[in-house]
Amino acid sequence: MAAVEQTRPKAPLIYNPKVRSIAYQAVLCAVIVFLVWSAIYNAAENLARAKIATGFGFWENTAGFDISQTLIEYQATSTYGRAFWVGLINTLLVAGLGIVFATILGFVIGIARLSTNWLLARLAGFYVETIRNIPLLLQLLFWYNAVLKALPGTRESLAIPGGGFLNNRGLFLPQPVFEPAARFALIALVVGIVAAIGYRAWARRRQMQTGQQAPVLWVSLGLVIALPLAVLALSGFPISFSYPEAGRFNMRGGFEVLPEFMALLFGLVIYTAAFIAEVVRAGIRSVSKGQTEAAYSLGLRPGPTLRLVVIPQAMRVIIPPLTSQYLNLTKNSTLAVAIGYPDLVQIFAGTVLNQTGQAVEVIVITMAVYLTISLVTSALMNLYNRRMALVER
Amino acid sequence: MKSVVIRAALAAVLGIAASAASAQTLNTVKQRGVLNCGSNGTLAGFGLPDSQGRWAGLDVDFCKALAAAIFNDATKVKFVPLTAKDRFTALQSGEVDVLARNTTWTSSRDTSLGLNFAAVNYYDGQGFLVRKSLKLNSALELGDAAVCVQQGTTTELNLADYFRANKMKLKTVTFATATEAIKAYDAGRCDAYTTDASGLAGERLRLAQVDDHIILPEIISKEPLGPAVRHGDDQWFDIVKWTHFAMVNAEELGITQANVDDQKKSDNPDIKRLLGSEGKHGEALGLSDDWAYRIIKQVGNYGEVFERNVGQGSPMKIARGLNALWNKGGLQFAPSVR
Repeated sequence: MAAVEQTRPKAPLIYNPKVRSIAYQAVLCAVIVFLVWSAIYNAAENLARAKIATGFGFWENTAGFDISQTLIEYQATSTYGRAFWVGLINTLLVAGLGIVFATILGFVIGIARLSTNWLLARLAGFYVETIRNIPLLLQLLFWYNAVLKALPGTRESLAIPGGGFLNNRGLFLPQPVFEPAARFALIALVVGIVAAIGYRAWARRRQMQTGQQAPVLWVSLGLVIALPLAVLALSGFPISFSYPEAGRFNMRGGFEVLPEFMALLFGLVIYTAAFIAEVVRAGIRSVSKGQTEAAYSLGLRPGPTLRLVVIPQAMRVIIPPLTSQYLNLTKNSTLAVAIGYPDLVQIFAGTVLNQTGQAVEVIVITMAVYLTISLVTSALMNLYNRRMALVER
Repeated sequence: MKSVVIRAALAAVLGIAASAASAQTLNTVKQRGVLNCGSNGTLAGFGLPDSQGRWAGLDVDFCKALAAAIFNDATKVKFVPLTAKDRFTALQSGEVDVLARNTTWTSSRDTSLGLNFAAVNYYDGQGFLVRKSLKLNSALELGDAAVCVQQGTTTELNLADYFRANKMKLKTVTFATATEAIKAYDAGRCDAYTTDASGLAGERLRLAQVDDHIILPEIISKEPLGPAVRHGDDQWFDIVKWTHFAMVNAEELGITQANVDDQKKSDNPDIKRLLGSEGKHGEALGLSDDWAYRIIKQVGNYGEVFERNVGQGSPMKIARGLNALWNKGGLQFAPSVR
């Protein structure tokens, strides 16, 4: 009997599931590429037809407008590019300070909400429920108007002990002016910080080996604060202060904090802290009660128990949502535009866009900047998260 | 999977179709049946809705006149309130057909922003509003002062220029809208508020204590305000331009809202051409020949519109000044219909 060749009939390629799925995906990619290309082409075409300027040539043009808060050198004769950097730095300033203060306040309130003290816990609960249920924009407008209305005019400024003033034009503080000899104190500060880190490492190693504890906090404070102060005193205090004084309209000299900045920072911190408090509370709750009981039975007092046993475990739950709160705070800082704080959106996506009329370029740059800030924040937090994650043995 | 592909393809086709149909503004407006007019929305005398939502103002009346010329119905206007910052983007992107929002004509707006300014319906200049208690007599005494200003305006630039030119120090506080800027000034955040003089007259009325504030005598800039359109549609540009000229010519020829029907029987050839009883001048614009008659009948001549909104018939009581007709010492001058 001749062997019958058992060949399966060759199916057309179109019925091959693998080929089909690849084909579909190729078609989808082509459509997406075409859509993006046609959008860009259309925009370019329409801009050209309307003879609207395009490109990034405006970057080097003179801005011509003034900005109220500039941390780097800026004048009306500076370029649009310079104005961009001024705005970016203002955004980073308010976002950075906001993150630091919101974290501190959020942790305090989150822990207070878990306190066994009835009044403290209720107050913290009231804070969280009120603040996070009112839109941030309204809160910002409230703080701004509250700050402006509550503070006196320049002529009736509130004097702050030590030479500062507070009025509805802002907070004016004495500005330290460093003389050359002050650099010894700076060197002492750096030495103090390095020594404190070294001392901490030594104390930890000794505790691991012998179980003896060392007064790390007090020694560190002494090294970081007392040492530079002692050096300052020895070199005869080579620091003078430039004091603000009343000018014809405004304060002159000194260090100036704008009311717009204060209101924005205050609003962002108060608002975000309410969310962080909830994140912290959830994190602490996620650590089982047995951990606390085990720590107590080992003889740890409540403070060290929280610090050494509960928080490190809670951090694993806290960090991912905390990251998104940080990102929210940064993005929410764009509401500055409502209260006249010169952030990136107000200066760049506002005035520069309007003066140049190049909406597409300006908005693309602005979006790219916020995307970058958010990605960097999130990358840093992920790095921290990896360090805090449970190391399984 | 399949449906995603189909949907994407459909979107692509629709997107292209949508981008192709946007050349002829007049046809678009006629098909839509309503004129989209970019307006101020918060400035008394120029563009402000009242408590019943009825819009009034010099710029509002301009858009009404345009609608009267196109549709023979001055009410067929949709007023789109725009901030100073967003107004050009709204016009560029086609969200509005014409921008009549006390906008200053400058070279960069006329060129690189892709706009065409059709006419000047108000000659203005920038001034300062300060508290009487400061006892100031001149803007030159404002060195070191904090000044509240609205973002995205020529005002913002003139302010920096003026202080720089006079070697005075300046603290600008910039706000996105005029409302926020004037509120901050009222709350004492700034020593002065600056905008166009006509705007100051209107904004001053919104302050808590109107009589505690004065307008300084200096006018620090030239601010020719007028309606603007997009580049690239000459017919539409002509229609907007001649709407203003028709109103100015009507005032010069003594044609008012009240007497326009009588004037139609006039033997004066200028009046006959303007009101459409002689020649085909409206048709050449793409409108009907009685286009100017409709404007005057439904909205009025330039002088009437001025007095009603910012002049003696309004709380602002601004004198005609530069905005008087050329033969009465002002700058309003219109070419003839011929």
